[in-house]
Amino acid sequence: MTPAISIDGLTRRYRGQSALDDVSFDVEAGSITGLLGRNGAGKTTLMRIIAGHEFPSAGAVRVLGASPAENDKVLRRIVFVREDQVYPTQLRVSDVLRVGPWFYPNWSAELAESLVEDFGLPPRRMMRKLSRGMRSAVGIVIGLAARAEVTMFDEPYAGLDAVARQIFYDRMLADYAEHPRTVLLSTHLIDEVAGLLERVVVIDRGRVALSAATDDLRGSVTSVSGAAIAVEEFTAGHTVWARRRMASQASAVMLSELGDSDLARAKALRLTLEPLTLQQVVVHAAGTPARDERDDADTRERTSA
Amino acid sequence: MKEMERTTPLQEMAGLDAGTPLFVQVAERLADEIADGGLAEGERVPSSNELSAFYRINPATAAKGINVLADDGLLEKRRGIGMFVADGARDRLLAQRRERFAERYVEPMVAEAVRLGIGPDEIVSLVHQSTHAQEGVTT
Repeated sequence: MTPAISIDGLTRRYRGQSALDDVSFDVEAGSITGLLGRNGAGKTTLMRIIAGHEFPSAGAVRVLGASPAENDKVLRRIVFVREDQVYPTQLRVSDVLRVGPWFYPNWSAELAESLVEDFGLPPRRMMRKLSRGMRSAVGIVIGLAARAEVTMFDEPYAGLDAVARQIFYDRMLADYAEHPRTVLLSTHLIDEVAGLLERVVVIDRGRVALSAATDDLRGSVTSVSGAAIAVEEFTAGHTVWARRRMASQASAVMLSELGDSDLARAKALRLTLEPLTLQQVVVHAAGTPARDERDDADTRERTSA
Repeated sequence: MKEMERTTPLQEMAGLDAGTPLFVQVAERLADEIADGGLAEGERVPSSNELSAFYRINPATAAKGINVLADDGLLEKRRGIGMFVADGARDRLLAQRRERFAERYVEPMVAEAVRLGIGPDEIVSLVHQSTHAQEGVTT
């Protein structure tokens, strides 16, 4: 199957600084992928290039089989909701939604209307009078009601409270189930969306630090803690991402599928095992402070995970 | 991974934990329901979209969970209608559990008993006591 988004050797430089450095990955059509990483890692630049708002310095991006750059045919099939999107201030909420179908051929007025109701948006209010959270909600309404084949959300929830975010997740999942599309979602609230994501791509300092199916990551990284000697023995021969030690106690983050015999051995060694959540895995993948040769070897392993 | 500590996500996912593949957990939950009789043989199994909405997970993940059981022959597809619990599914699941009973419950219990110096006779008498107590509750 042709991937919906295909990124190959993508590099973006600003005045000699690389914002993106040789980034390659594919996004399968009809999947929800999380684009994760620290602030300034390059996620927004990447999404802007996919949306055709910006051009790569080197490498290729193909969206729905073609380059998005100044390609109206492709761009009409993409919706990109940005953090703190700016809207014409003299319009009302209802005006913004009325022009939706001008830009997006699959626009669902019915869905837009029900989302406006769910988020409690006042249709008659001027955009400039909306709170930050309400402006974010308008962006989410557009992003979902567009039903675009490629749907991108870049940290879409500035100012949105937990209840409104839950509405976003639930409505996205429900509409996605009925109308499958390719979704790329950039977020810091990884635990909140973990169940929604089929894959994650973690960007760290302009490079892909991890690209994997989320269900492959669940249960594959384990925190091991207990007596330092026992931790040492248990983790010997495995890839270890991080170690901490306090007096005779130690904990280690270990990369390995554990079978029943491992669990029995851990029990005999009186070790506590805890599988890492997706968020914790991402923190480890994107949080290595320095990059020496060993780190690079680890990164390769993570990328192929 | 069942014996590990459970990791709870911030987002409520109807009891799924965040540290085990979600499709595995979906399959286990459905198997439990069939074994407990909550889903009777011949009954329609929730669709991947229904499971997706209930657990708040990706529909593809839910579908993968259903497929695990279908591949095992515990569910059967009826074209255009959905997935149904296959005949004999409950008996097969219960037989599987009986097979794994010793490994999952008896062996860890005996290991702990050895550690604590509890002998086989004492274990047996404890099992009797516990059985009486539980039967007293249920009858």
